[in-house]
Amino acid sequence: MPEDYLPILAMVVVVIGFAAAALVVSAITGPRKPNPAKLSPYESGMPPFGSARRRISIRYYLTAVLFILFDIEIVFFYPWAVLFRQLGLFGLIEMAIFVAILLVGYVYVWRKGGFDWD
Amino acid sequence: MDILNNLFVSLYVWVADLLHGLLGGLGLAKDAEAALVSAIMVLLVITVILLWMVLMVLILIWLERKNAARLQDRVGPNRVGPWGLLQPVADTIKMFIKEDIVPANADKFVHTLAPMVAMMPAVLAFAVIPWGKGMQPVDINIGVLWIVAVASIGTIGVFIGGYGSNNKYSLLGGMRAVAQMVSYEIPQVLTMVPIVLMVGSMSLVKINEAQSGWFGLQWFIFAVPVGPIAFVVYYLSALAEVGRTPFDLPEGESEIVAGYMTEYSGMKWGLFYLAEYFNFFIVCTIAATLFLGGWNGPILPPYVWFILKVYGLILLGMWIRMTWPRFRVDQLMNLAWKVLVPIALVNIVLAGLGLPIFKTIGF
Repeated sequence: MPEDYLPILAMVVVVIGFAAAALVVSAITGPRKPNPAKLSPYESGMPPFGSARRRISIRYYLTAVLFILFDIEIVFFYPWAVLFRQLGLFGLIEMAIFVAILLVGYVYVWRKGGFDWD
Repeated sequence: MDILNNLFVSLYVWVADLLHGLLGGLGLAKDAEAALVSAIMVLLVITVILLWMVLMVLILIWLERKNAARLQDRVGPNRVGPWGLLQPVADTIKMFIKEDIVPANADKFVHTLAPMVAMMPAVLAFAVIPWGKGMQPVDINIGVLWIVAVASIGTIGVFIGGYGSNNKYSLLGGMRAVAQMVSYEIPQVLTMVPIVLMVGSMSLVKINEAQSGWFGLQWFIFAVPVGPIAFVVYYLSALAEVGRTPFDLPEGESEIVAGYMTEYSGMKWGLFYLAEYFNFFIVCTIAATLFLGGWNGPILPPYVWFILKVYGLILLGMWIRMTWPRFRVDQLMNLAWKVLVPIALVNIVLAGLGLPIFKTIGF
């Protein structure tokens, strides 16, 4: 029922307001005396060198892709879990096949070293 | 006893009646009056929840510092107020009067947006938690899914915070945070599936009601073997998800200063800090709801039970934080992908196979 979500919408607005208010109030109450040394990025006391927006290890991308993959699998688990009683044995076998296919992919990634972080 | 058990529900009804009485004098149409009253009540409930959460976080910060001190044989904060109770309040005031520094070349808009995005989801998750019998602010029938969906927004806040700061430590911390949160989200979400399966609904209220048998002790943690396994996996991955100490690589101060928070100061940093404690609190409430029976329990009023369970889990988390050293990155990833995910998957299969058996025993 869409109207069930109206309070949540109100909550979103209030929370954004709360966070914004906190930042605005602190901007008013806090001092503001910038100088070049203060504004330079913190690098353990050394003058910063090079750009901070550098390239990132491929591992992170791999993790992200794996996450998307598994997340989609999870999306299938939830409706199945809710309807488990109605589906009965048919649902159980279907899900067993689904998990088996998932496991094949999982084992493949494991063997290929997709989970290793070096 | 009945008055105590339904204290807050009766309070709600009383305030609503009062509003009806007040607005009755205005001579509005019946529908308009009802709509107005419910709108005011919604705003009231939201305000109460926000205040309640801020209060909880202040208590949590104090408790964490005091507890850490006790475990390390120190005294902890004891200057501001009795037993240092007002220390978090003093800290909040301090954060408000600190200078807000945005580093040169940082993406100013993203830098400001990040703490807000990081804080928002935790508060939204609070909307569906049943705090006591009939005390859920919003009862939607997909409560579990809502929490999971909303909680993953926090990752974006942390990442854009790290990326928008123009600092190498921030970027590293942000990347680590995303990799970690994303990896641990899988086992965390997978362990909720058996519970949904046993209840047959994603509504947190229904999940609570399903655990109310046996004098209120039919909690899912006692549903051997699925329950305890799910609880342990959930709790571990939840701790990792919110980045608490054995899993605090995103902000490992001995390696990358403060991770994604390095370039934050003042209230922006405060919001990140708030978000961290909100998240910790929320995962403990979810664990209490899903596995420890929520507000179910003998004798004491439901909301007291709920808070007791939540604080029990919080103390457990603090104990873990003070006891174990930090993981290494590869250990962290191994734990998520090679240990917790398979356990969670097997657990789902166990739950699927075991449910018919449980049903014949009458669980």
